[in-house]
Amino acid sequence: MASSTTAASAVASGGKLYRGDLGMWSWVAHRITGVATFFFLFAHVLDTALVRVSPNIYDETIATYKNPLVNLMEIGLVGAVLYHALNGIRVMLVDFWSKGPKYQRVMLWATLAIWFAVMVPGAYFMILRTAKTLLGGGH
Amino acid sequence: MAIALDAPRSTRRKPSRRSNFELQAWLFMRISGLALIVLVLGHLFIMNILDGGVHRINFAFVAGRWSSPFWQFWDLSMLWLAQLHGGNGLRTVINDYARKDATRFWLKMVLYVSMVLIISLGTFVIFTFNPNISN
Ligand code: HEM
Repeated sequence: MASSTTAASAVASGGKLYRGDLGMWSWVAHRITGVATFFFLFAHVLDTALVRVSPNIYDETIATYKNPLVNLMEIGLVGAVLYHALNGIRVMLVDFWSKGPKYQRVMLWATLAIWFAVMVPGAYFMILRTAKTLLGGGH
Repeated sequence: MAIALDAPRSTRRKPSRRSNFELQAWLFMRISGLALIVLVLGHLFIMNILDGGVHRINFAFVAGRWSSPFWQFWDLSMLWLAQLHGGNGLRTVINDYARKDATRFWLKMVLYVSMVLIISLGTFVIFTFNPNISN
């Protein structure tokens, strides 16, 4: 039902419809990554504030982060923030650049392309240490 | 059934005489976003890739970084801008999804309290950091 309604009103409005379009999903992802980053930041400021309490307590807390699971979460965080930043640039170009709305879809593909181009080597370097430790190589 | 929508910038709507707060918040999201690109992506790149991630982090590492006023200022700006940008973003999200006025009010109160807490705590820690504090 949803899809036929969408198709019908898309025709009625000249083929330009936001709901269910790729552009809507780019906004959903922007919102989710923004909110997730905000929650991460809350925890990150609290743990860093431990440097004001005691070096030992700070070091012990950070030590609990030094494991493969947290390493994967770090990669997730970097991926989320990178998407949010790139898509944020796209949103600004749509708002302020006269040709922005015309190229918004192309810019979404560019955003995703840049995201992959950065994340593939980025994730590689971020996981290197964990991989070496797990495979019993270096430190 | 034809869909009747006002054209954007339709002249029939009278300009609002109330406040410009929402417009300013909208602009602030874009200006702070520009600054956060450098501050946050720079921070993530340095910490996670150049400096090798959380395995390298300990008290001495933090002391080394905050011995420089440049990084203190970097972190302070990032803290304030990210909190105000993310907090304003969350305000929008709450406005969108809260169904009852009371829910909306209390969610925003929790948000504002957490923003004041995190900004004050972070600012306090950056300004009063003492590398020679006892264990
Ligand atoms: C890294 C650079 C960043 C850029 C370029 C950026 C850009 C933007 C822009 C332009 C918007 C407004 C979108 C709109 O009005 O439709 C936005 C919304 C938002 N941002 Fe950011 N941002 C950045 C970093 C952050 C960070 C670090 C956080 C979290 C602390 C964050 C959290 C949010 C939230 C929660 C929203 C609201 C989302 C919504 O209303 O759907 N952003 N961002």
